[in-house]
Amino acid sequence: MLVFEKSRPGRGCPALPPCDVETVSLPAGDRRGKELHLPALSEVEISRHYTELARKTHGVNDGFYPLGSCTMKYNPRVNEAVASLPGFTEIHPLQGEDTVQGCMEVLHLAEKYLCEITGMDRMTFQPAAGAHGEFTGLLLIKAYHESRKDGKRTKILVPDSAHGTNPASAAMAGYSVVTIPSNAEGCVDIGKLREAAGDDVAGLMLTNPNTVGLFDKNILEITDIVHKCGGLCYYDGANLNAVMGTVRPGDMGFDVVHLNLHKTFSTPHGGGGPGSGPVGCRELLTDFLPSVLVTGEDCCRFERPSRSIGEMKSFYGNFLVVVRALTYILTLGREGIREASQNAVLNANYMRCALKDLYTMAYDETCMHEFVMSLADLKKGTGISAMDIAKGLLDNGIHPPTMYFPLIVEEALMVEPTETESKETLDDAIQVFRSLYELAKTDPEKLHEAPVTTPVTRLDEVEAARHPVLTYDFGAEGEA
Amino acid sequence: MELREGLLYSRSHEWVKEEGDEVLIGLTDYAQSELGDLVFVNLPEEGDEVATGESFADVESVKAVSDVYSPVTGVVSAVNEELLDAPESINEAPYDAWFVRVKDISDREELLTAAEYEAFVESEKDA
Repeated sequence: MLVFEKSRPGRGCPALPPCDVETVSLPAGDRRGKELHLPALSEVEISRHYTELARKTHGVNDGFYPLGSCTMKYNPRVNEAVASLPGFTEIHPLQGEDTVQGCMEVLHLAEKYLCEITGMDRMTFQPAAGAHGEFTGLLLIKAYHESRKDGKRTKILVPDSAHGTNPASAAMAGYSVVTIPSNAEGCVDIGKLREAAGDDVAGLMLTNPNTVGLFDKNILEITDIVHKCGGLCYYDGANLNAVMGTVRPGDMGFDVVHLNLHKTFSTPHGGGGPGSGPVGCRELLTDFLPSVLVTGEDCCRFERPSRSIGEMKSFYGNFLVVVRALTYILTLGREGIREASQNAVLNANYMRCALKDLYTMAYDETCMHEFVMSLADLKKGTGISAMDIAKGLLDNGIHPPTMYFPLIVEEALMVEPTETESKETLDDAIQVFRSLYELAKTDPEKLHEAPVTTPVTRLDEVEAARHPVLTYDFGAEGEA
Repeated sequence: MELREGLLYSRSHEWVKEEGDEVLIGLTDYAQSELGDLVFVNLPEEGDEVATGESFADVESVKAVSDVYSPVTGVVSAVNEELLDAPESINEAPYDAWFVRVKDISDREELLTAAEYEAFVESEKDA
């Protein structure tokens, strides 16, 4: 039931004290003709409404959430405690530098540590999420080529296993996208990359490990090919959780990276955002970064890079998200950061090995932080698709893995357990996956009906996509 | 899988119908069944140039967005705008739901007959 349907005229919360100054009204002609559609509920009704909504959802606090390539790790409460400190919350973006030195130090330290982790020279915290970071990074690449009067570079190379945001960001930045096919091992086809590399290439966008959970061992050769043709290399940090503390994008040959603080660095994710997609770059691009950067040793001050591409977002980005990420980095420390990645990889391989006798692995080899199964054979034999298994998981209190992605694997399920899950949780999930496989073989009809325990069962996604209803009809009452 | 005699087929699952100097291009029945229910179509505009092996349109199902590749090089002379409001017609009648008409054709990839395409799809399934 919508909050509007629970609303009753005149009801409300006595949150505001009585007005003790003279009231002023707008001139008659400037006032609204209709009442605002604001729901009127008592405090307990509002509280119950949102608790009820929360019960209908599934978050990391409810159970296992192995959504591949999204790194749904647990976000430690200490991050929230630190981000709630009044020194961080009761500030204004236009305050003088001398009054917010502590906050500026947070940005300064976070930049320093994240640059160390990625092998970059400088970093901007303005981008609000991953795709925003990609767009920012591509504008840096564009500004670089333009500064060199190198106007013939119109293409961005993107492997066919890339996240859909990569080609979208490249197109938005005004580039045409050239897709590089994967080889049989799921990595970049070097021959095809060589064919595509030329003096019209502005850059390459790559995730490593890639979206099938494999580390591309040819990475140095790949970045070298792109550099030799005069292009720059962009690292999509979506999968950094597999390698942080062990290998750095900068050392792989990348010139510019974005990170998803809301994935790798344990800040709220999905609808719980806001996100943060800082962009780091090597020195050849630092002059183009958006303002503002924090510099200085004893005293922090803001500076605007000399040839900045301009503002990507107001002020300093989602500052409190950076506070959470810095808390996470400081809590783990140098060794902890590496261990987190190692455990993420270990957990993924533990699950993969415990399932591979039943489920077909798209690439049967040691994976990084996630692995991809293909349910094509199961579907052929039983009619049970990746979608059906995903729905069956819901009935067992598990959020489904990423489905039907990457596109190069048929009937794909992409599982990313993350490092924060215990062996017991993984064992339980493995049992669920195995019993669903058995169910597919013995009673597929039952799986077609799943989920039966959730607030809603299978929704008509096709109808929702073809004829979305995006407004609420207040009816005659609303027109009054 | 439904096939239509008289049409030519590409390895990226488009059909081509020759009409004089021009061709119509659409998606094969196999392609639409693999993609699932289509909910959105992006088409080029009249006068746009298309090139062999390059994407000229994309289709979106509830699963994913997929490119549609041109088997010929030429200029778009007409666009089937009815698809924009009724993407489901590609699922319902793939060989009637043409995407574009192309003229001034200067190049075309090696296309398959219905029987050859059927064999190609079977070999892909086994791969």
